[in-house]
Amino acid sequence: MPASTASTVTVFPTCLGDIAMPDVVGQTTRALAACGYAPRLARGVTCCGQPGYNSGFDADARRVAKASLAALDRTEGPIVVPAGSCASMMHLHWRELFRGSRHERAAIRVSQRVRELTTLLAERADRLATLGLAWPGTVAYHDSCHMLRELGISDAPRAVLGTVAGLTVVPTAVAPRCCGFGGTFSVRYPEVSVAMADATLDDARVAQVDAVISADPGCIMHLDARSGRRGDTPRVVHIATLLAEAGLR
Amino acid sequence: MNRPGPDPLTSSTFSQRAHEQLGKPFLRRAVPKATDHAYNALRDRFRDHDYDALREQGRRIRADAVEHLDEHLATLVAALERNGVSVHRAADDARAREIIRGIVRDAGGRRVVKVKSMASEEIGLNPALEADGVEVVETDLGEYVVQLDHDRPSHIIAPIIHKTRGEVRDSLSRVAGRELPDDAAALTGFARDTLREAFLTADVGISGANFGIAETGTICLVTNEGNGRMCTSLPRVHISLMGIERVLPRLEDLAVMLPLLTGAGTGQLITTYVSLLSGPRRPGEPDGPREMHVVLLDNGRSALRGGAYQDVLHCIRCGACQNVCPVYRQVGGHAYGWVYGGPIGAVLTPLFRGMDAGGELPHASTLCGACDDVCPVKIPIHDLLHGLRSDRVRGDAAPRAERVASSLWSLAWSNPWTYRASVTFARVGTRAAARVPSGLVRRVPGAARWLDGRDLPGGPRPGGRR
Ligand code: SF4
Repeated sequence: MPASTASTVTVFPTCLGDIAMPDVVGQTTRALAACGYAPRLARGVTCCGQPGYNSGFDADARRVAKASLAALDRTEGPIVVPAGSCASMMHLHWRELFRGSRHERAAIRVSQRVRELTTLLAERADRLATLGLAWPGTVAYHDSCHMLRELGISDAPRAVLGTVAGLTVVPTAVAPRCCGFGGTFSVRYPEVSVAMADATLDDARVAQVDAVISADPGCIMHLDARSGRRGDTPRVVHIATLLAEAGLR
Repeated sequence: MNRPGPDPLTSSTFSQRAHEQLGKPFLRRAVPKATDHAYNALRDRFRDHDYDALREQGRRIRADAVEHLDEHLATLVAALERNGVSVHRAADDARAREIIRGIVRDAGGRRVVKVKSMASEEIGLNPALEADGVEVVETDLGEYVVQLDHDRPSHIIAPIIHKTRGEVRDSLSRVAGRELPDDAAALTGFARDTLREAFLTADVGISGANFGIAETGTICLVTNEGNGRMCTSLPRVHISLMGIERVLPRLEDLAVMLPLLTGAGTGQLITTYVSLLSGPRRPGEPDGPREMHVVLLDNGRSALRGGAYQDVLHCIRCGACQNVCPVYRQVGGHAYGWVYGGPIGAVLTPLFRGMDAGGELPHASTLCGACDDVCPVKIPIHDLLHGLRSDRVRGDAAPRAERVASSLWSLAWSNPWTYRASVTFARVGTRAAARVPSGLVRRVPGAARWLDGRDLPGGPRPGGRR
C-alpha cells in the first residue's frame, strides 16, 4: 500500500494491555497515527485465548477467542497487535484452535489480517525517522519468544529503535532467551519463573543499559515486576512507551 | 526405578524438585556455564554450514527410519545375525533386564563394565545386575562418579554437569582410600588406573547404541574417553542395548547423522572415538569379544508410532535441547524426576511413564521454542509439549483446581461485558493493592504466587525515567 494514504488499521489492545498496560495501548495508537495509519481501537474484543490454549484447555480458549474473533471480523484493514505472543496466537494458532468448527472460515480470514505492531511501524521507518525522536541512552532489546521463533520477527523492532536519535541497542545474552514469563508458567512455577527473569535482568545489568525494551506486554510485566522487587536492575518498557518518551506525539 | 529410595517422579512435584535444585549455588553457576559452552560450540561447529539444511537431511533420514521401522528392524536383525550377533527383543524394561541378566548368568559373569547408556538408565539395569551379585562398573568418568555417589545423571551427554570438582575428588578419594589432589589430571589419572583394572578383569561389557545400521548390521558408538572400545572389545561377551528407534537404514546415513550428533552434542567435528561394531571375533582374529548380543528395547516406543508423538522417536539423544532450555539451565536435569531431563525429558517422561506420573512435566516449559530451533533432527518439541498439555486436559488428568480456574476464566472472558467488568475490577484491585499491606494482598488467590519475588505490575520503578 502507498505510504501516503492514511489506511485504516484496527488496534487489538490485548488483555494485558487492558489490565496492566493501558498506557501502551494509547502509545501504540499514537505511534501508528504518527506513521500515517488511521488507527481505530477494536470494540467488543476480549483476549486472544492464549492462557487457556497454552495450558491445554482448548475448549475454554475457543470460547474466549470466539468473542474476539467475532468482533474483529466486523472490522477492516490490518489488525495491529502490540504483543508478540498474542499476534502469534492469533496469526498462527487460531486456525488450529477453530479447525473443524463453524468459525474456521472467520478464523482464517481474521488471522490473515493480524500484524505484529513493530512490523507495521518498521514499514514506515522512513517516516518515523523524520519525526525528530530522541532518547539518549543504551537499551537492550528483549526478544519475545513467540514473536521471534513463531513469527520470525527480529529485525523490525530493531529498525524501529534505529529511528531514535541518541539511542544505542546493545546485545546482551548469548542467545535470545526466554525471560520466564510463559503465561500461566509464571504463576505455576513462580520460583523458576523468577530465576529465569533474574538471568535476563543480570545480563541487562552487566551490559549497564538504561532500560530493557520489548514488544510483548507479558515479558514486560513479568520482568519489570521482578526488576522493581530487585531494585538493582533497569526498568523494562514497551517499545511504544519508548517511542512516546522519545518525543512521539 | 533404578535407584534405592522412593521414585522422585511420583513422590514429589516439579515445583518441589526445582526448589531443591534452585537452592544449590554451584548448580546455578555450573549448569548455565556448561550449557552455554556447549551451545557456543554447536554454533561454532556449524558456523560455516547451512545448519538448517543439514537438520532437514537429518530429519528426513530419521523420519524414514521411524516411518518404516518394522522393515528396517527386520533388515537389521537379519544383518546382525549374519554377522554372528545374537539378537533379542525386549517388549519392556522388565523383559530387557531379564534378558541381560540371563546373558550375564550364562556367561558366568562376575564383573560387568559399562559404557554410558541412557537406555540402561531407563530400564534400571545396574541394580538388577547387582541383585544377582554381579559387580557393575560404569567406565565413563562422569557415569563412574554418578555410580560411586548413588546419584543420577543430570544431562544426556554430561552426566555430572551438576557436580563440583571438589565433589568428584571426594568421591574418588573414597575409592582410593586416601585424599586425592584437587587437580583434574590427577583425578582422571586415578580413575583411568582404577578402570583399566576393571576392563582387564571384566567378563561382560555392556553398551548402548547411538545407531544401529540396518544395511550392514553394525552398531555405532561414539565416545570421547576410549572406554567404549575397551568395554566392547576386551570382555568375552559384549551386550549392546539399543532402543528400537535408533535404527538407520543405510551405512551412508552415518555421513549425515554422525556429524549432526557430535556437532549438536558437543560441537565436535567428530568424537575422539567412533566404534562401528559388526559382530564378535571371527576365526583368526586376535581380539574382540567371543559373543556379541544386541537387545532391542521397545518399552513404549512402538506404541508411539502412528500417533501424535511419533516425531519424538526421531530423537538421537544429543542433549542440545537441554543446553538451550532456559528452564533446564536454572533447575538442571534432576528436577524432571526421571532419566531424561530438559525438553526431551518433558516429552518422553509422560509418554513412557504415563500421564499420572509424568503429566505435569510438559508444563515445566514456557513453550519458548528454543529447543525446536536447535534440535538436529528438527523435532517440533514445543508443539509436542503443547499437545501433551491438551491430552492431559482431554484425558481428565488435569488437577481439579486448574479445571475450575480455566472454566471461570472462560466464562468471564467469553463475553465483552463481563470481560470489561473483570478488567476494571483487576485495575482497581491492583491500584488498591499497592496501598494496602502486602499480607492482605497475598490472600487473594494466586497473588502470592506472583508476589513471591515480583512486585505488582505497573508500580514505580527504580533505575530510570518513568
Ligand atoms: S530432542 Fe533433538 S535436541 Fe533434544 S536430545 Fe533429541 S535430538 Fe537432541
